[in-house]
Amino acid sequence: MEPNDQPEKPVISTKVDAFFLSVYDIFRFISRFFREVLRPPFEVQEFIRQCFMVGYKSLALISLTGFITGLVFTKQSRPSLAEFGATSWLPSLISIAVIRALAPLVTALICAGKVGSSIGAELASMKVTEQIDAMEVSAINPFKYLVVTRILACTVCLPLLMSYTALVGMMGSYLDIHLNEQTSITAFFAKAFANISFLDLFSSFFKSVCFGFTIGVVSCYQGFNASQGTTGVGKAANVAVVISMFLIFIEEIVIVQIINSIR
Amino acid sequence: MKTFTPEIDWDDVVISIRGLFKSFGSNHVLRGVDLDLHKGENIVVLGRSGTGKSVLIKIIAGLLKPDAGTVNVLGQEVPALGTAELRELRLKIGFCFQNGALYDSMTVGENLAFPLKRNDPKMTADQRRRLIDIVLDAVGLSQTINQMPAELSGGQRKRIGIARTLILRPEIMLYDEPTAGLDPITCTEINDLINEVQKRFKTSSIIITHDLTCARTTGDKIAVMKEGKFIRKGDFETVFSDNSDELIREFYDYNFTQ
Ligand SMILES: Nc1ncnc2c1ncn2[C@@H]1O[C@H](COP(=O)(O)OP(=O)(O)OP(=O)(O)O)[C@@H](O)[C@H]1O
Ligand SMILES: [Mg+2]
Repeated sequence: MEPNDQPEKPVISTKVDAFFLSVYDIFRFISRFFREVLRPPFEVQEFIRQCFMVGYKSLALISLTGFITGLVFTKQSRPSLAEFGATSWLPSLISIAVIRALAPLVTALICAGKVGSSIGAELASMKVTEQIDAMEVSAINPFKYLVVTRILACTVCLPLLMSYTALVGMMGSYLDIHLNEQTSITAFFAKAFANISFLDLFSSFFKSVCFGFTIGVVSCYQGFNASQGTTGVGKAANVAVVISMFLIFIEEIVIVQIINSIR
Repeated sequence: MKTFTPEIDWDDVVISIRGLFKSFGSNHVLRGVDLDLHKGENIVVLGRSGTGKSVLIKIIAGLLKPDAGTVNVLGQEVPALGTAELRELRLKIGFCFQNGALYDSMTVGENLAFPLKRNDPKMTADQRRRLIDIVLDAVGLSQTINQMPAELSGGQRKRIGIARTLILRPEIMLYDEPTAGLDPITCTEINDLINEVQKRFKTSSIIITHDLTCARTTGDKIAVMKEGKFIRKGDFETVFSDNSDELIREFYDYNFTQ
């Protein structure tokens, strides 16, 4: 039964074949996630630890970025509104911008950078130093312990972080409005939320869930399938961030289209 | 070329491999491997870098799937096993990785407790602690229990790796280059440890190495791999008495005539 020496012929071309194979591989990865996430035993402790890591890694950066985004957006919008004497509309304009678009996107991009790269690098280095194989041979399911917990943590934490970003962004905006128009905080928030519908909140939450899932899946996939050697680690981290960000923008476009057609 | 065809006694054989083939793309790594490991025996696998020694033991542990051939471990056909059965079987196989493969986010103690916690959730912390003390004592590193893997030397890491596999009480040990990259004194210590494990824990082992001292002190039998096949099997003297093969001659000269 000597295997023959002919290299296999590609169906279309080597590159196109490889692309479709990797798409197929990612779908298998995702379906394995859904199969294993529902099957006990659940790795609760590791899941909580990962949630903490996701929050802890990105909280400082998100606080700063969220606050500045709100502040700067308010500052930049004021002159245009002032031309029509409509600066009193600022709170509702800002809240729509922040809650509908900025908070989910800013949170997702920052997490893709911070969390995606660290998951990618961590799993890849475990892969190349054979720690994942070591789990496998001591009858531990590494997919369940490492991948499922991380994907879940990203999916759960992103909406929470997004809510936090939105709040901090509104605070930034309030600071600027308070300094210029002396609006009180209750009046500011009353105006800000007057134009926010349930659909807005729901769509932002939904987007964040999708973004979190994407970051988790992409970075775990890259780490878990890293090629041998230490260059594989850097590559996995890098590719995890780039692909996550790319997919986040694509999803943003698609989800906004869908929500707008419902509205 | 001498061929070694032992009579198979199924009560006695723990691993039996026949006609094993494995390729990665056009790289044909294993080309017809036959091997029997008997109960309580240490087999040393010798061969140059890249001949597929690691691939062979990864197939035995079910980490890689063979292209053709049978791999029978403790009466079970490894490539045909489902996830749950493979998990059962793996508890009986201890796999020592080339560089220890310790979980570097955990301390030594946590590294040892981890497989126990996952595989026997009912075990109490006290029982775990006792087992950890036993295996750490067996590898002579009790004082490192609270250290991180990054703080250990290469030899210590390998010994902790051995301890971590021993803690599940395996029947078969697979050592991937246990002495590579270590100084001669540490090598001797590891060789003694392998022999002690064989006696104390009653294991059968496959030991992969380039090091003939290790082969001579730990191996009951030597198997020499070349171009994806075993070209010779037998005890140390038999294998090296006939140096008509270039690989065997060079191996011997390199290790013993300097
Ligand atoms: N997962 C893999 N994917 C592709 N090729 C692989 C894989 N694992 C091993 N190989 C190839 O198989 C061949 C044998 O590798 P293996 O690691 O078994 O060598 P080895 O005999 O253990 O060598 P060393 O003594 O250096 O450890 C190598 O050419 C390697 O490139
Ligand atoms: Mg090897």
